[in-house]
Amino acid sequence: MRTIDITHQSVRDLNQALHDQAPECTEREWKVLNPAGKHNIACGLDQNLSVDIMGHTGYFCGGMNKKAHLVIHGNAGQGVGENMMSGSIRVKGDASQAAGATAHGGLLVIEGNAGARCGISMKGVDIVVKGNVGHMSCFMGQAGHLVVCGDAGDALGDSLYEVQIFVKGNVKSLGADCVQKEMRAEHLQTLKDLFNRSGIDEEPEAFKRYGSARNLYNFKVDNASAY
Amino acid sequence: MCGIVGLYLKNPALGPKLGALFEPMLIAMTERGPDSAGFAIYGDEVPEHWIKLTLRHPDPYFDWETLAERAKTELSAQLSWFQNANVAVFKLEADEVSARGWFAEHAKDVLILSVGRSIEILKEVGLPIEISERFSLSGMQGTHIIGHTRMATESAVTMAGSHPFSTGMDLCLVHNGSLSNHNRLRENLKREGISFETENDSEVAAGYLTWRLREGDTLKQALEGALTDLDGFFTFTIGTRDGFAVIRDPIACKPAVLAETDDYVAMASEYQALTSLPGIENAKVWEPEPATVYAWERASV
Repeated sequence: MRTIDITHQSVRDLNQALHDQAPECTEREWKVLNPAGKHNIACGLDQNLSVDIMGHTGYFCGGMNKKAHLVIHGNAGQGVGENMMSGSIRVKGDASQAAGATAHGGLLVIEGNAGARCGISMKGVDIVVKGNVGHMSCFMGQAGHLVVCGDAGDALGDSLYEVQIFVKGNVKSLGADCVQKEMRAEHLQTLKDLFNRSGIDEEPEAFKRYGSARNLYNFKVDNASAY
Repeated sequence: MCGIVGLYLKNPALGPKLGALFEPMLIAMTERGPDSAGFAIYGDEVPEHWIKLTLRHPDPYFDWETLAERAKTELSAQLSWFQNANVAVFKLEADEVSARGWFAEHAKDVLILSVGRSIEILKEVGLPIEISERFSLSGMQGTHIIGHTRMATESAVTMAGSHPFSTGMDLCLVHNGSLSNHNRLRENLKREGISFETENDSEVAAGYLTWRLREGDTLKQALEGALTDLDGFFTFTIGTRDGFAVIRDPIACKPAVLAETDDYVAMASEYQALTSLPGIENAKVWEPEPATVYAWERASV
């Protein structure tokens, strides 16, 4: 295991050391000490590494992640796991706004609450939040799954494409074109798999499913006269 | 962009260290605001029927002593004063209206940065580290303090755009964001007798709170009114003589982090400004919810 204390080394040095593992992995396990809310920690990784970050992180931690498995032992600032492609990120505390924004793949687990705009424009990532999510979560979500074990804030799934959203608690309000949908056997199975992968103990039957009414993302022929 | 920070002590034993605890918080927000910086510190309260004014003159060699002597004679008030860089703090036995009137008439080049029983505002154009060194922030004592580091976006890098803004006794506000209905609101508030020194949107927010408090609102009520009446983006941190509050607009684009221990409540735009505080490892750290008032007030003495 290699330990890097970013009190003494810059985030750039840390990220370079992690990037150097991309062509050939010589050190699988990494530990980052004293993240102290710094931005861009462990961004752009491209190797099957295991990285433990021992404290609170700033903006964009784990952004663009490929293959690596990150655990943040604290809270994460804005945009944790933004645009991640694969691998996993686990936040032991809360995540600020725009967690998993535009992410294409992989698994993002938030053990606390997530702020506003969780999963905004997500494109294939699976996000599991043990607590609540803030307003405008999953705005324009295109693909993937968002699971909320607590409550969801205002305008959940506004302008949604094809993300499947599962919420156990209350939804303060649904956004435009987001509707509650029937929970069928395949959805219960999807949820069960997500709980297994994220190590979260919940009963799929307790959840409700939400998705796109698909009224908004096709052109309405009634509007043709406007052109 | 801008950075805002605040520290409110729950444990009075930390009072002598307030400036030393706060200085690294302000400097940590340099990247968010390198253009100007300032802070409002509360403490060293003057007795009832006295007020304290923080005064600034552009000339660092300005003769404060003569001004103090004149004020003492002409206002027939007891007065004591001290100088800190190009700023002077005058403590005098007078009311706000007569003191403001006298300075407006007899010391036109003197800018009144704050008026109250407890507040002192110090702000300048420059890097946060330069401002904190110029005013010897690390040695200051008090009960609570709020600060701002500015990255100018819409208006020039001048004193007029520097925060904190104060428009009434002991009230001040720092703002990250921008308001869109400040012009109309300023006109409305002027009709209510609130006066403004600048064209800045954040000063209007301070004026709005001054007006609501004057009309009898509690700090919490005034802030709930702000959620309805102010249009735009904001994270505010507000100081009053006895209180400290944080509020974000309903969209909550502008960041904020709160931390609380038995000893203090701290606020910052980003967590990295809180890492130097004692016991932060075990503090309750959270992101304030949109459109929610967080306020701490001690019982008035």
